[in-house]
Amino acid sequence: MRLADTLLYGAGNIKGSPVRTFLLLLAMSIGVASVVMLSTLGEAARLYVVNQFSALGTHLLIVLPGRSETAGGAPPMLGTTPRDLTLEDADALLRSPYVKDYAPIVVGSAPVSHGSLEREVTVIGTSASYATIRELETAQGRFLPASDYDRAAPVCVIGETLRRELFGHKRAVGERLKINDRRFRVIGILADRGQSFGMDMGDLVIVPTTHAMALFDTESLFRIIVQATGRSAIESAKRDITRIIKERHEGEDDVTVITQDAILATFDRILKALTYTVAGIAAISLAVAGILIMNVMLVSVSQRTPEIGLLKALGASREQILALFLSEAALLSLIGAASGILIAWFGVFGLDRMFPAFPLGTPAWAYLSAVIVALLTGVGFGIMPARRASRLDPVSALTGR
Amino acid sequence: MIELRDINRIFEVGDEKVHALQDIRLTFEPGEYVSIMGPSGSGKSTLLNILGLLDKPTSGSYLLDGIDTTSMSDNQQADVRRNKIGFVFQSFHLISRLTAAENIALPLTLAGMPPKQRDKRVMDVLESVGLTERAEHRPDQLSGGQRQRVAIARATIMRPTILLADEPTGNLDQSSGESVIEVLEALNNDGIILLVVTHDPDIGGRARRRIRMVDGFISEDER
Repeated sequence: MRLADTLLYGAGNIKGSPVRTFLLLLAMSIGVASVVMLSTLGEAARLYVVNQFSALGTHLLIVLPGRSETAGGAPPMLGTTPRDLTLEDADALLRSPYVKDYAPIVVGSAPVSHGSLEREVTVIGTSASYATIRELETAQGRFLPASDYDRAAPVCVIGETLRRELFGHKRAVGERLKINDRRFRVIGILADRGQSFGMDMGDLVIVPTTHAMALFDTESLFRIIVQATGRSAIESAKRDITRIIKERHEGEDDVTVITQDAILATFDRILKALTYTVAGIAAISLAVAGILIMNVMLVSVSQRTPEIGLLKALGASREQILALFLSEAALLSLIGAASGILIAWFGVFGLDRMFPAFPLGTPAWAYLSAVIVALLTGVGFGIMPARRASRLDPVSALTGR
Repeated sequence: MIELRDINRIFEVGDEKVHALQDIRLTFEPGEYVSIMGPSGSGKSTLLNILGLLDKPTSGSYLLDGIDTTSMSDNQQADVRRNKIGFVFQSFHLISRLTAAENIALPLTLAGMPPKQRDKRVMDVLESVGLTERAEHRPDQLSGGQRQRVAIARATIMRPTILLADEPTGNLDQSSGESVIEVLEALNNDGIILLVVTHDPDIGGRARRRIRMVDGFISEDER
């Protein structure tokens, strides 16, 4: 029997019972659609995190005081520092040829006021380099000027939210505000970039490092963000930083250097695993659809027993009858997969409209695996009913028994 | 040419053994017109099923055109059924979602013949049963007599050696039954062996050779 005829015969049976076909296709397409959509969402979450990391700036290393290493005894806590990380330590890092620039960071929270309005916001103390390293832009005015730490003027750059809250429609640049009773002049407003790693870049004040240290009465840095000269220089920069700090800290290796790539790779792995897991869970619904196909095919075999008997009387071999029923299951699965992908497209399109910032994109493997799994379940679960049909005794099949 | 040698068929129903056919010896020459009559349970249908290779004898051998079919594999038997045996059933057994032409083409389709050649053969047999204008009708748009003629066209499209008709007029009224029998007899005149199983003595009496069966034996064989 020709393949085209086998498929046509199967297609005829599918058309012949529209309700049965509709229900099967519904089950199949829900399964396929959920696999495609859930893997799209997982992939989007991964891309989102990856984008967040590149928004952090490029070729970055982060130097934290303290050592995250278990060396016997009680595990040392990250951040319990034997020695402070100082501005001098930070300056010394520039001795490495692999370090292009750095920005020291001091973070705290303080009341900020203008006139009678007051708000408690995050205060970041840093240098002019912070803007270039973090790729920050100002909407109005300018960022902190480059100057020696000791001679930094009492100026600040504020986020968009804070500007609105404190100044409303009035002009903010050039105005003065108070942070913990110290006076600062506003020289710039940050461009609105929304959230970055949970930190609202609109609701903060950036002041020169030494002023922040004075505000919070500390000599120690929260961390240092280091920019390497290039992607390939990151590992060498990490080695140099560890060596320089060790020299300055009397041979104690008491800082932790995290590279952006290392964090990124970890997140990437975690989120990929998550995507596969979610897609796997969705595949269970495909298996359910497969069992449904098996059930309906079994019913169909018993309903069509006389037809099978007739085909046998007309000289159809077992293999031909097997092929007829399997082609029916395969066609149902393929149509189900196609309509499932269509549903998924609409779903993704809708989600894209609702959350434009979320980078939605269906990975090719999601389509491919959904179609393959649909076909495998359809045909796999179709084998049992098809074998039953092919083994029917022609005499009793003809009489419908 | 068909030869049955000492065919026995024993069914086991529970603990009991039912001897449906006992030492049947029969020979059919090309062009023979045979009727098989007898009461229910006399073994007529079992004999027909064995002749049609739908059932296997418990013992004995069955030669079709000189070839022993009893030792064949299932798929070889399917081939023989397709090429040498035509079935006509009391309840027509047409597939309701296929048109008359598609129903008739089914054996050719199973044999893997390309559609163009199929169409030509189908039109030829449709003409021979007088249903050319009904080619695209579905079974439920045809009368009983027309349905049976479609079934006969399907049974003869492979030009078989033998045509097995099981109560071909059982579901038909007098006049359409008459026309169906005429179609079958016309085919017989072209050389096909025609074997009709029937309860109806008028129809059975038309055959040139009349076999009567009782309790699995052949009680009469008149020519």
